[in-house]
Formats: sequence, C-alpha cells, structure tokens
Amino acid sequence: MILHPGIIALLLVSFLVTGMILYSSFFGVRIIKRWDLQSGSEEQLALERRTYLISTLLSYALLFQIGSLVLYVYTADSLHSLFTGAMCAAGTLNVDPYGYPALLLKILNFILAGLWLIINYADNQAYDYPLIRKKYTLLIIIAPLIATESIVQLLYFLQMKADVITSCCGSLFSPYREGMSAALVSIIPFQTAMTESLAQTLKTAPSTSALILSCCEGVFTGEALALIMTIVTALPVQTAMAGFYLTLAMTFVSGLLYLLRGKAGLIFSFASGLFFLVACISVLSFISLYFYELPTHRCPFCLLQKEYGYVGYPLYASLLTGVVSGLGVGVLRPFAGVASLSGSLPLIRKRLTLLCLISYFLFAGIVIYRMVSTDFTLGVL
Amino acid sequence: MIKLLNVRKGFNLGRPSEFMAVSGVTLALEANRVTVLKGPSGSGKTTLLSLIGCMARPTAGRITLLRSQLGGGGPLKSGEAAEIEVTSLPERFLTGIRSRTFGFIFQQLNLIKGISVLENVLLPAYPLGEKHGVVRARAEALLDTFGLGDRTSARVEWLSGGEAQRVAMARALMNDPPVIIADEPTAHLDSKLSVEFMDIISRLKDEGRTAIIASHDPLVYGAGMVDRVIAVRDGMIEGDET
Amino acid sequence: MASWIEKQRSIMDFTVSSLLRRKGKNIALLLVYALVVFLLGSALFFTQAMKREAALILQDAPEMVVQRLQGGRYDPIPVAYAEKISNIRGVISAGPRLWGYYFDSHVGANYTIMVPPANPPSRGRIIIGNGIARSRSVARRHIMSLRGYDGLIRNYTVAGTIPSASELVSADLVLIAEADYRELFQFPAALATDIAVAVRNQRELPTIAHKVVAMLPDTRPIIREEMVRTYNAVFDWRGGMVMVLLIAALAAFVIFAWDKASGLSAEEKREIGILKAIGWETSDIITIKTYEGLFVSFFSFSGGLLAAYLHVFFGSAFLFAPALKGWSTLYPDFRITPFVDPYQVAILFCLTVVPYTVATIVPSWRAAIVDPDAVMRS
Repeated sequence: MILHPGIIALLLVSFLVTGMILYSSFFGVRIIKRWDLQSGSEEQLALERRTYLISTLLSYALLFQIGSLVLYVYTADSLHSLFTGAMCAAGTLNVDPYGYPALLLKILNFILAGLWLIINYADNQAYDYPLIRKKYTLLIIIAPLIATESIVQLLYFLQMKADVITSCCGSLFSPYREGMSAALVSIIPFQTAMTESLAQTLKTAPSTSALILSCCEGVFTGEALALIMTIVTALPVQTAMAGFYLTLAMTFVSGLLYLLRGKAGLIFSFASGLFFLVACISVLSFISLYFYELPTHRCPFCLLQKEYGYVGYPLYASLLTGVVSGLGVGVLRPFAGVASLSGSLPLIRKRLTLLCLISYFLFAGIVIYRMVSTDFTLGVL
Repeated sequence: MIKLLNVRKGFNLGRPSEFMAVSGVTLALEANRVTVLKGPSGSGKTTLLSLIGCMARPTAGRITLLRSQLGGGGPLKSGEAAEIEVTSLPERFLTGIRSRTFGFIFQQLNLIKGISVLENVLLPAYPLGEKHGVVRARAEALLDTFGLGDRTSARVEWLSGGEAQRVAMARALMNDPPVIIADEPTAHLDSKLSVEFMDIISRLKDEGRTAIIASHDPLVYGAGMVDRVIAVRDGMIEGDET
Repeated sequence: MASWIEKQRSIMDFTVSSLLRRKGKNIALLLVYALVVFLLGSALFFTQAMKREAALILQDAPEMVVQRLQGGRYDPIPVAYAEKISNIRGVISAGPRLWGYYFDSHVGANYTIMVPPANPPSRGRIIIGNGIARSRSVARRHIMSLRGYDGLIRNYTVAGTIPSASELVSADLVLIAEADYRELFQFPAALATDIAVAVRNQRELPTIAHKVVAMLPDTRPIIREEMVRTYNAVFDWRGGMVMVLLIAALAAFVIFAWDKASGLSAEEKREIGILKAIGWETSDIITIKTYEGLFVSFFSFSGGLLAAYLHVFFGSAFLFAPALKGWSTLYPDFRITPFVDPYQVAILFCLTVVPYTVATIVPSWRAAIVDPDAVMRS
C-alpha cells in the first residue's frame, strides 16, 4: 500500500468514525430493548444520560464525515501523478474497482447521518422522546453502511499499485515488465475511456436484462459507473438542461407551496431528492463544461481546485445541505400526528424547507450566473 | 401548587448498598406559603427537597406542578392541562422548568471559587440565553437589595459567612423564580444571621413567592412567618402542622 | 436564534475563565499536544517539500534516457546508438552523456563527475559543488587532485563552484571536460554512460520507447515521468514510514489526552455539580467541554504548525533530515523552499486534532452526567 500521509489520515478518520458509530449502535440496541420513559429506575436514567453521548458522537461523526469526503477527493487528486494516464482525482479513483464506490458510500453516509441528526433534533423537542426507537433503528441501519464504507476505502487503498519502477532492470517499456499493453491502455485519458466502453457496450448490444444484471454485478466495480458516465456523456445537452430546470422548478414550486400553505410537503421532499440526483448528473453533463470552458472536460473534481476559484466548494456544499434538509422534511412527515411534536414539528419542517430552498437557490444561482456570463456556449444559451 | 403522590426515591437499587431515601410520600404544597420540612439528618428531607424542586426523578410515584405557577417563558408554559406531570420529563425539560421556577440555596452555599460575586450570581441566567446587558443589570440590582452593591467584583473567598449567604440568595433569585428552596440554610450561621435570613424569607413571601425550607433548627421552624411544618423521618411523613 | 447565540457566548466566556483558572494542568496538555503536531507536521512538510523539490529538479532532466544492459547489469552504451535513435520519427535529438561516480577516500564520499552538455570547463579545470568545496576545503583557483583508474594522480584547477540553487543534486557534483573524463576513468572513446533523448510530442514517448527497445534489444529506456513518479512514491513512502512510526507517539498522546480529560480534580467535579444544580443541563456542560477542547486544540495546533514550519523551512529539518534524505554521506546544507498548502494542513488536522477530540468525547460526557442533586447530597 502506498504510505501517503493523506491515506494514513483518511484511514485513521474512517477508523475513528466507524468506531464511534458502532459504539453508539451497540447502545442503540439496548435503548430499543429497555427504554421506558415512565419508569424512574436507575437503568432508565442511565439510558437517558447515554443518549447525550450518542448525540454528541453522531454530531462529530457527521462533521468528520464531511471532512473525510473532501480529503478523499483531494488525496485522490494528489495521488494522480503515481498512475500513468491519471490526470486528476477522477483518474485515480478509477485505478481499482473500489475507488468510486467508496466515494458514493461516503456521500450516502453523510446524508444519512444528517437525516439522523434532524430526527434527533425533532425528538428532543418533545417531552416524551416519541421517536426514540425509530431513531435508534435508523442508527443500527447506518452502522453497517459506515463499516462497509471504511472497508471499501481500505480495499481501495490496498489494491492501489503505483506505476513506478520497481526493479532495477525493468521499466514500463522493457519486455521484462508484465502488463505492458495494459499500461499503454491506461494512458488513455478519462474522457476517451468512457467513449471506449460505450463502443464496447454498443458492439455487444446486450439485452436490457443482461444490462441490469451487469449493472448489479458491476455496482461494486467501476463498470456500472463507466456505464452511467457513458449515458451521461451521450445525453444531449438540451435534454439535460431541460431536466435540470424542470426539477428545479418543481422543487421551488412545491417548496413555496409548503412554506406558505402547508401543502405538498412530501412532493417537495421527493423533488428535492430528485433534484440532487439531477444536479449531480447535470454537473457531469454540462455544468462542468461551462466552468472549464472545454467541451470534453467533465471531471467533477477539478472544480474544487484553485484554478477554478474553488467554486466546487459552494456548489457541492449547497447541494448537500439542500438534499439533507429537503429529505429531512419528508422523513419527518410520518411523525406529524405525534401529540408531543404537534407544536414543534411544523416549524422544524418549515425551517428545513427554507434552508433547502436557499441552498438550492445558491447552487442554481452560481450555475446560471456562470452559464450566462461566460462566452463559452454549447449552442444552447 | 406542587403535588407529590406516593413518591419513592431509592439509590443503588439491586445492590447490597440499596436504600430508600424517600418511601411513599404524598404531599400537596400551596403557593405563597412558607413550608418547613423538619427532621434529623438522614431523614430524607434533602432528597424530598430535591424531588420537590425538580432536581431528581422519583423511582416511583408522580409529581405534578400547576402550570400557572411556573416561572415565565420556557418549554411547557403554554398548554391545555392545568397541571403538568414532571415525573417522566426528559432532563432538558425538567431543567428548563427548574431553572425558571425554583431558586436553590444549598447547605454548603456552593459558590464557585475563583470567580467574582457578580459572576456567581449571573451563572443561573446563562443557559436561558437572555441579552447580557439586561441580565447583568438585574444581577447588580439584586446584589444591591442585599446590600452587596459594592462587593460585586470581590472574590467569593474573601466574603464573610453572612455575605456569602446573601450572595447565595441573590443567585437563587437571579431568574425571578416563584419558589425558593433552601436546605439547612442556617447550619453555618449564628443566631443573628439566622434571624436575618428568616427576615429575608418573610420579605420574599410578601413579594408573593413560595418558600420550602428543610431544617432542624428551631429558629427556622419556630419562626413567625412559617405556615406549615412537616415532620419527616426515615423517608416518610410523620407529622403535619399548620 | 439570538438567544442561542447569547447562550453560546456566555458559555464560551465561562469556559475561557475556567481554563485560565486551571493554567497549570492545561499548559502541560498544550505543550504535549503542540509537540505531537510539531513532530507529525515536520515529517509531513519535509516530505512534501522534498517531493516538490525533486519534481522541480527533474523538470530539467531529459525526457527520456536510454541505458544499456549487459546481463541485467548496467553497462556503457555505444555512442553509435545515439545516431540510430535520433533517426526514429518523433525524436528531435539523441546525444550521448558522460557521467559517473568517483569515490574520494580522503573524505569517504562519492562524487558525481559529469561532462555538462553545454559549456564544459576547459581541459585541466573543474567546477565543483558546494559540498565538495566544504569537505575538501577547496575554493576557486585551488588545485584538487583525483586518482584515475590507471592509478595516476591528476591535478585539476578549480574554476568555480556550482551555485547553490538546488543543492539537493549539485552538492557533490564535479563538472569536467570530456577528454579529462575519458582519461580519468579510462573510458573508451566509442562509449558513453547513457543517451539523452528529446522528443517532439510527449504523448509519443511510450511509442518511441517501444521502438528503441525493438531496434536495440540490449537497452532500456527510462521516461522522466517514471522517475518523477518513483521519486514521489519514495518520498511519500519515506514520509509515510516516519508517520507510521510517529503513530506510537500519537497513540501515547491520545491516551494522555483521555487521561487528562477523565481525571477531573475534585474542584472541577464540584464546579460541574454546582452548575448542574443551579440549572445548567448536561448538554450545556458538554458544550463547555467542547469549547475547552476547541481552545486547547486551536492553540496547540497553531503553535505546533508554526514550530514545524520554522523547523523544516528555516532549520532544514535538522531533527529528521538523516532519516528522510539519506543516500549520501554529504548532507547538503540547503534551504528547502517553503511549501505548505491547505491540503497538508488538513491532513495534519486529521491526524492530530481529530484523534484528540474523539479521545475527549467520552470523558467529557462522563463529567457532564453528574446528577444535579449530587451536590446537595454530599
């Protein structure tokens, strides 16, 4: 394994976060089994005190998770020089099949942790802990996901082999080195590899079921992602833009409806989740092109670099904030009937809606401003 | 305003050192009265006080408060039922009620060393998040009424016994609580200061507050303004005179 | 919202005052914490700066170097090969290079003796690196003698020293004329050490490398990027090794932090009990502890970071250099160009502040769950 300091830092943080969440879920099991608010027994009091610890641990876990997400992308970026053909983080993540799954799991776990904290906050507003069991059930679901993420990340780093001179007699191009042609192929840059796999797919023309099967198989390998990427790049820009604006409008309309009239809360939540996915695809499909002013550069990670004014940070931060708060509105909906929450829940949900709308507004604002102000055009704007 | 129904409080349950500090107390305390819990040490009156003052949760039984008597602001102030049951409230709600409704004076005074008199008095107000200027003015006014206006920046270690007692009272009154709870307030005071203390209690009663005091000092339970004396022994009520 | 801010402000005020009241205990923690940050930070800054330094130097290296192998061992290459290589399409130039190592028994050091591609010194004269100037105590116009492979001692006049812009490579370098070199090492006229190749299009390097091997099977071409990658990997590895070794120090620190956080003095316990009795909640006490951790971390991290920066970039990492640089007995006394970026700071943060914070979570909680009535009962 490459003993890069960034890798050591990531493994340490993942280890700590996994430990914190496993520890918490262990108590979660106990709480689910023995919680009884009416009893004044010492066991109950101890359990109540324990919930403070778990809240604290989860809050820190969320914080570290977001840091770990950013650090992961940056480490992948800083390692790109060790691999032939890797131009940036996107290339490094492709080096073995665990790179992208680890990234996706990180994003998923961040969202789940955020939702847990929202439920926790709502639960704390009521005087009888109405959501306690559901909350800890969710925690027990999150725990294996976090563990999986750590393991996948570890595997990613373990499987990595730098393309360096390892033998005094060999070099990449001498006959003594294995996998020479593989090394040659890996020089093909990110974009072209995607077109290659598209060509492959079209040539063999699989049936839909075979496609789905290979997607499932490939979910933990880069193949499914390569497939998604080819679909994304093959998508006409107009379609992608239309989808983007449509879901944006849907989210805003339902959000305002909910804020002002209290209706369409669930629709809004669904729309916010949908917009997150559409926005991610849009970044790959056309948004990144406007920032790089290149019709082929689709890398979502280069936006985080200094060359582009670190614009990736506000973009992704607003997107993530939006999706967590938007989904939070929907997640809290089932508890609207709980008596002890009747006072506080609507207010919490409205505040989350507002936060979501502001975040997505920021995201859309940055994107649209860029699309309008740049000279670069894709023939649409 | 405060009702206890068959309340029990035990410690170390299930272990050899198990003991019941309060075993089956039923009590109803009225507002704007001075009540004294009389009894020897170990009778459970301190535990009873902490139960009344929403500082501890009973092991069994129920405790209710009249909603209209709660201190201003805070959770649960608005609601339909006239009475609130505090037995199973989560800590944050209980503390919210307690810090606005009850003011505590401890036997050991329990002032924090190393910080000034004013800072000590300000402490109960911090969790309530009011504007600092407002809170500070209130604290200074309180210290003034207790004759400590010129000692606000003194370290608590430098105060005399009587002065420290008055700082503790000012602290207890910081959040303008309707109820004052005092545990053996005269234990470290001489007779003169004890009488002064009871005078202050009388003043507070005139302001419309309630006082609940635990003491085995005759100067306390024999004082004129005391409305009710409850004798406590072995965690149970022995006698109740008005 | 406003009341939340006001509350946080008050709690922060109280935290600061309580930290100041317990200076003694906290100073020890601050120093140890800063020391750990310093150690890890030094290792990190040093290796990252060296990587950058190596990359900068290698920028001037030829895009491709062709070496000859004889039975898996490195052998001088016929000069005639250069002509053949320059005929490959895409190659701008292919020129033979002459360089080698000379072991100086006087100081027990290896010098790199090289015929520079441009402006070689005239016969009988050499240009030396600062390291040699220091160890042999020679300067301009002095005479330095070297023992040739024929056993004869030859004297050379020092024409000058190599400016110390990148001492990493030049400290033990000797520049010499071609004829002198061949004479000193008894190097046949038809041979060279290796061949430096320049190409028109970077992307064609692999193809050209293949053609070289196909045409001259006893050679191996090495591409500059390969060297850069290898150096990067080596420095990363070295830095990583040091860090892993420092994990022991980190673990000790974490245990120390846990211990400090758990070991509340009786006075502290009393204070927390009083706060809870007068209306502070468990979460408020946890907030106090969080702010405490924040202040301690802030000062220790900044202090350690600054110390590491000064140590590496102004003190040339005197504590670590031997372990991390080591391949030559001559240690160039050079200033490493300061290079710190937010990524490194983030890594350092993850390696120090995060474990510290995690170590203090449970002890802080334990301190905070004191019963409010405990202070009445005691």
